[in-house]
Amino acid sequence: MAKSVLKKAIPATSSDPRIPVTLTINGETVTREASPRLLLSDFIRHELGLTGTHVGCEHGVCGCCTVMIDGRAGRSCLAFAVQADGAEIRTIEGVAAGDGTLHPIQQAMMECHGLQCGYCTPGFVMSMLSYLEETPEPDLSETAIREVLSGNLCRCTGYNNIVKAFRRSVELMNAAEG
Amino acid sequence: MSTRQFGEPVQRNADPALLKGEGAFIDDISLPGALHAAFVRSAHARARIRSIDTSQAEVLPDVVAVYTADDIGALDAELPMLIPHPCITSGGKTQRPLARGDVFYAGQCIAMVVAVDRYAAEDACAAIAVEYEPLPVELDLDRAVADGAPLVHDDIPNNVAAHFVQQSGDPDAAFAAAEHTTTVRVRLERSTAAPMECRAVAARWDGVSGELTVWDSTQATISVRGGLASLFDIDEDRIRVIAPNVGGGFGQKIMMFHPDEILVPYAAMELDRPVKYIEDRVENFIGASQERAQIHEISLAARKDGTVLALRDSFVHDTGAFIPYGIAVAQVASTSIAGPYRIPDIWVEMTLVYTPCVQVTPYRGCGRPQACFAIERALDQLADELGIDRTEIRRRNFIGPGEFPYVRDGLLFADGLAVNYDSGEYEKALDLITETVDLASFRTEQEAARAAGRYLGFGLGFYVEGTGLGPYEGGHVKVHPITGKVYVTTGLTSQGQGHETVFAQIAADQVGCDVKDVIFAEGDTQAHEWGVATFASRAAVVSGNAIHKAAVKARARIIAAAANMLETDEDSIELRDGRAWIVDGNRSVSLAEIATASNPLRYAFNEASQTATQFAPASTHDGPPLAEGQAPGIEETDYFSPSHATWAYGVHAAIVEFFPDTCAMEIRRYLCIHDCGNMINPMIVEGQVMGGIGQGIGGAFYERCAFDENGTPLAANFMDFLMPYATEVPDAEILHMETPSPLNPLGIKGVGEAGTIPVSQVVASAMEDALAPLGIAPVRESPMSPDMIHRLLSEARSR
Repeated sequence: MAKSVLKKAIPATSSDPRIPVTLTINGETVTREASPRLLLSDFIRHELGLTGTHVGCEHGVCGCCTVMIDGRAGRSCLAFAVQADGAEIRTIEGVAAGDGTLHPIQQAMMECHGLQCGYCTPGFVMSMLSYLEETPEPDLSETAIREVLSGNLCRCTGYNNIVKAFRRSVELMNAAEG
Repeated sequence: MSTRQFGEPVQRNADPALLKGEGAFIDDISLPGALHAAFVRSAHARARIRSIDTSQAEVLPDVVAVYTADDIGALDAELPMLIPHPCITSGGKTQRPLARGDVFYAGQCIAMVVAVDRYAAEDACAAIAVEYEPLPVELDLDRAVADGAPLVHDDIPNNVAAHFVQQSGDPDAAFAAAEHTTTVRVRLERSTAAPMECRAVAARWDGVSGELTVWDSTQATISVRGGLASLFDIDEDRIRVIAPNVGGGFGQKIMMFHPDEILVPYAAMELDRPVKYIEDRVENFIGASQERAQIHEISLAARKDGTVLALRDSFVHDTGAFIPYGIAVAQVASTSIAGPYRIPDIWVEMTLVYTPCVQVTPYRGCGRPQACFAIERALDQLADELGIDRTEIRRRNFIGPGEFPYVRDGLLFADGLAVNYDSGEYEKALDLITETVDLASFRTEQEAARAAGRYLGFGLGFYVEGTGLGPYEGGHVKVHPITGKVYVTTGLTSQGQGHETVFAQIAADQVGCDVKDVIFAEGDTQAHEWGVATFASRAAVVSGNAIHKAAVKARARIIAAAANMLETDEDSIELRDGRAWIVDGNRSVSLAEIATASNPLRYAFNEASQTATQFAPASTHDGPPLAEGQAPGIEETDYFSPSHATWAYGVHAAIVEFFPDTCAMEIRRYLCIHDCGNMINPMIVEGQVMGGIGQGIGGAFYERCAFDENGTPLAANFMDFLMPYATEVPDAEILHMETPSPLNPLGIKGVGEAGTIPVSQVVASAMEDALAPLGIAPVRESPMSPDMIHRLLSEARSR
């Protein structure tokens, strides 16, 4: 590199205007400044450092970025961070117990080999969590389970083992409650 | 003895972190001060660039640098031709990192912007004005090779990128003498790997130490390091390439270099700041490698009893605008063309055609799905013409279990060696699938359904897969002196195949420890110095056996040291539960103690290490603490270099119901019999096979990289390129056979690509069977979209 060239002055952040966003994430309330065009997925990942929420398409089809927004599964790539002002968000980082013990859904995914590369996995776990939390008696037929999972793409597993993991999750959750 | 771990469905060591969101994919890695890159990409398939005006972008406040071909110094040159071959016209065309003068496909990189964040970088890309002079294009493979067709490259006549003929035996004589011949022409469309994590690269330059660190979602860290060292003219030791967690690869990430893999490190060095490029989904569809498009015209020469004597196949292969990966995909197709069948005489001709589309390099299956579709469709037709059952005709042509090794002289596989099948029980696999599906009962059910106006069908497809290619991989095994944990490394990368678990199983069996106590590292050039890459279903075979060999050596060292420490003979030592035990006794020493005692120390750090200081040597021999020729610690390295590919195989079958009103097809049952030799971990094998079937279903029904007549991509997002969800993939039943490979100590064969290969054939064959009463023409294309089916039905009705 030519050393006679002066190092360029580089701004620390972009010149976008910024407005405050306050939201609760995995039980903790935070306020940060965000550009109005910053996607919620990028806010969660890059501003808050919760990188378990992944981004697979940025057009709302693949489901990798699924989080829970006010109690329901939602695509964080289809919302701006500023739209989540006041929202309560849960991400994959908030699913396991505080001591690191896997949630029954996570445990079931491991037991059933429901993940390979693991990139889509947080989105699947959040979709399943959202559904199972709001459905006390889930329909465990093959068709019904696949319908629940049909908002998330996986390119590795061919889905069979995720379907099995869904059933196993319900078993483990029932056992934990029983 | 400890329970043997090889062969057990051991749960994966990698899962807890991935399940908790603690994986480290490239964009999850925080690089303080990182800048972000974005690319201006060609809006035209083929055009001359009249001008590039970057002035409006350069003045934007958040922009740090704008690069065109004029700004990248010595990198402004054609990228490496990775796999040269004498049959490639004029040595082969590869692209430049940034276009100079001409563009050759829509999506080709023209300029790179580096800015403070990705949003600003994309703003700047939009502010760069490129003036084009569009040139004519021809995307149809048949027309592209005709005289007068528009050329992708001015100096490549008829767009022929390569032409190659291979022959085994004397097919002309066999055809001349044949009692029956048949010909089919089949076509497969372009598709793409579409890993859930798009490609990504980040780089950090340390000007003080002169070290470049590159995080690259590549399947080939060691090869990328070699390539970067060569392009940047830096010692390999100064470059570290890391592929951390990678969200699927399926071959797309074996291709190097996509332009960003060079330009991002370049910008990091030039700007002295970390730089990240995270490919988005649209870019993955227009700028990353694709595959699959081929047209085969295949003829079979047979006796009336269905014995196939000879095969001729002439196919055209769409290689896209460039051919960096040489003829590999077409070569694999050409050498897989005879499947599991004896067919002694073969002539196969391939013509690789430049098209104004993104380059073609291997995608899971790599030419095999195409070859399987061609031979299996031809065999179905031959059976129909000769009045032989489609299942029976396969039985009559299988290579028998006593005929291995079965060599096809004259057909050179992708490793440059003659096709040489090593083992298999093809007929047994066919029997197993027809028994499991209960074909006889199905035929009764099918007849009853037809009488009731319903359309059920059965189809099957057989395939072989040459796996576990060389040149070599290494394995390194070390027992840590403090913790007794076993460190294992190899030069591969993982995209989710469970290497950390299967390789731990292999090492744990030798060292006698728990699989969870094996700490495995790969995907980092500093973790393991030598190796090749993850591709071609080779990881388990090549690295697995290298690690096994290294672990066998480590076991011998552990036993020798333990015998010494326990004052007994080596024959009286057994290894289990992380300790060395005296057989039939209760005295033992731990792996940590053995590893500590095997490393003569001067200083005692803790209680265990007191026994290892030079003042209290564990060694009982006289002389220096380390005997002549002895190395400290428990540490071994070995390599495995296969003599040639080992051939896995399988057969899939489906029972489908077809609905003529909607042109929809429902898979009522899907079965797979698969044989990849001895299985290290059946749970992981099944996961690989099922994942392959899922991609095969995508390929058979939905996935198509479509272009308009100008070469503009029409399927550059998940709304237009339809990937199957859980609702589209059937619940497949997978049964295993295990015919060991004689070519490696563990008797294993590769499994990564297998599941994808025969699915289109199975679906096509089942569809023909279901729709036979409606008199449709044979199915000759994949994917089999409702449009295509509607066309077949309309044609049948109008006949």
